[in-house]
Amino acid sequence: MSLASALLDEYASAGTQQPWPRVVVDADGWRRIVATLAGHAATLISLWCDGSAVHLSLYEENARPIVVSLDCPDGRYPSVGLSHPPALRLERAIADLYGVVAEDLPDNRPWLDHGRWGVRRPLRDCAPDAATGDAYAFLTAEGPPMHQIPVGPVHAGIIEPGHFRFTAHGETVVRLEERLGYVHKGVEALMKGVPSARAAAIAARVSGDSTVAYSLAFSLAVESALRVQAPPRAVWLRAIMAELERLANHFGDIGAICNDAAFPLMQAHCAALRERALRCADGCFGHRLMMDRITPGGVAQDLDDKGVALLRGLVIDVRKHFPKLIGLYENTASLQDRTVATGTLDATLAAAFGAGGYVGRASGRTFDARKNPAYAPYDDLAFKAPTRDRGDVDARVWIRIEEVDQSLLLIEQCLGRMPSGPVRIGLDGGSREGDAMEGVALVEGFRGDIFAWVRLAENGTIAHCHLRDPSWFQWPLLEKAIEGNIVADFPLCNKSFNCSYSGHDL
Amino acid sequence: MRKLLLTSLLKRSMTEPPPVDDAAMNAELLARLDAVSRERLGRSLSIRQVDAGSCNGCELEIHALGNVYYDLERFGLRFVASPRHADVLLVTGPVTHNMREALERTYRATPDPKWVVAVGDCGFDGGVFAGSYACTGGVSAVLPVDLHIRGCPPSPTALLQGLIALVEHSAARR
Ligand code: SF4
Repeated sequence: MSLASALLDEYASAGTQQPWPRVVVDADGWRRIVATLAGHAATLISLWCDGSAVHLSLYEENARPIVVSLDCPDGRYPSVGLSHPPALRLERAIADLYGVVAEDLPDNRPWLDHGRWGVRRPLRDCAPDAATGDAYAFLTAEGPPMHQIPVGPVHAGIIEPGHFRFTAHGETVVRLEERLGYVHKGVEALMKGVPSARAAAIAARVSGDSTVAYSLAFSLAVESALRVQAPPRAVWLRAIMAELERLANHFGDIGAICNDAAFPLMQAHCAALRERALRCADGCFGHRLMMDRITPGGVAQDLDDKGVALLRGLVIDVRKHFPKLIGLYENTASLQDRTVATGTLDATLAAAFGAGGYVGRASGRTFDARKNPAYAPYDDLAFKAPTRDRGDVDARVWIRIEEVDQSLLLIEQCLGRMPSGPVRIGLDGGSREGDAMEGVALVEGFRGDIFAWVRLAENGTIAHCHLRDPSWFQWPLLEKAIEGNIVADFPLCNKSFNCSYSGHDL
Repeated sequence: MRKLLLTSLLKRSMTEPPPVDDAAMNAELLARLDAVSRERLGRSLSIRQVDAGSCNGCELEIHALGNVYYDLERFGLRFVASPRHADVLLVTGPVTHNMREALERTYRATPDPKWVVAVGDCGFDGGVFAGSYACTGGVSAVLPVDLHIRGCPPSPTALLQGLIALVEHSAARR
């Protein structure tokens, strides 16, 4: 029997959440779940707090994902991170924002709170603070003569800010420690108590490169909470947007990875393809990144014939030009020399951390949220989720290359089968039983699975929203993948992961 | 690879003509740029981009400026890796409190004369993040801003318009 069904038998279901069940457990049940996670019999989707309880979602193979809650009236709960490291940073973030602490948490350093906000525990009591900045004790490395290289938060390129502390032995990285949180914008607090339309605009800006996927995750969660569904045509349009976003990002990434291996020719061509994808998005949906195009209840704008022609044109264009670039990637020895066997991520770790997207699938994972738990219209579409098992930069490039192909196929299928009809419904029709209504969603963004959990208040405003970026579980793996590589290969490895700072820092 | 390079050589250039001037932007610039600094700058600007809390959407469009369609460098504009080489700081985001000091230090590390361009609705007034405990609410809350390029994110064309205007006005009095 799966853990999920055992819990459902044993504990009371909260009964308010859709589409996955939520059960309220006691500390004992919580510890059993932690043991299951630590024994790798289940994968952690996320861990979050709403001020009075901590919630954890997980899935087991061949079972429906589940959300488990533990009330913590005294502001403490048994640590998950203690025996299951992927939860560590999530627990540190909960302590920063809510002052709810994980007992025996092995790492008590603040994570998102740098001591600069002027308040502490902003989601609990907003205790005033001098905002003088906290010192941060980086982890050390011992042994033969070593030196430290601090990098960031302001980096040399046009990228997001974060701090990397390298400890190197000569050229070789012995330890990398990340310090993030620089772009923490207080998203959870901003979403509290606002109407879902306003919250949707914030969700769309959690990580700009995944704006479609975030809007989709948020909208699905809100719709589930309200027990409503977007009209069929909107469901298909959403998939087209999601695949278009995936295409644009993969082109950008493939080019940028090659550029970091000192091969700008590839970058120039990939950037041109990316630009054409963005222009196509603009022509079809009225925004290059398709921001705010997916909203709770449907989509903002229908696709007209002109848009269909643009999309078909893009598919033809990519099929014509992209194979030449794949050939270029494959046959350039100097490029392969940099990407093959660089930044290898071990399959066991990728599985333990539930690494999403190309990071996981390049290291032997098969998980793709479009396949499992699957959501419309993907459950009705034919496509593959490519996997590799070498886990190096090269494998992560190949996953992207193969996904480009799959996205094109998906767009074609959507165009061919999309029903006609309305693209939006009003949200007032949702039934309102019980006091709190909750919805969850897991959506496959280009970078990996994005989790959304929404609790609506009786008046329809957002009582609580938790959004978990795939980067939460990818950032720690980057620290591991770079170990033993030379410092000069860090940009390459980093780009091949392309974790979101903003999505993680919230 | 040779074939790819050859076809690129023989094909018509994909780079597009520059965008037309934006009158409102020009007025804002004229008011800020004094004659002396315009003389010193010449027709070229080195830009240091600083993300002060953006959602990374603005970065994506700033990146796009380098692609063949916009080809930023033909206007004498280029991105540099260090503020010490920069004339212009191109700042995105609502300036989170956690990034404030880094932004101020980057500004101090930039030699005079220098200009600050705030990018995006976030850079203008914090955008959707305005009012958060974690954000100062726009670049002008922290640094003197010479030019705002609004949008969420501003399109590469809008970014080009703004940056070209900056270069033109700075060179106008030569
Ligand atoms: S202006 Fe818009 S795109 Fe730019 S950082 Fe802010 S939210 Fe993101």
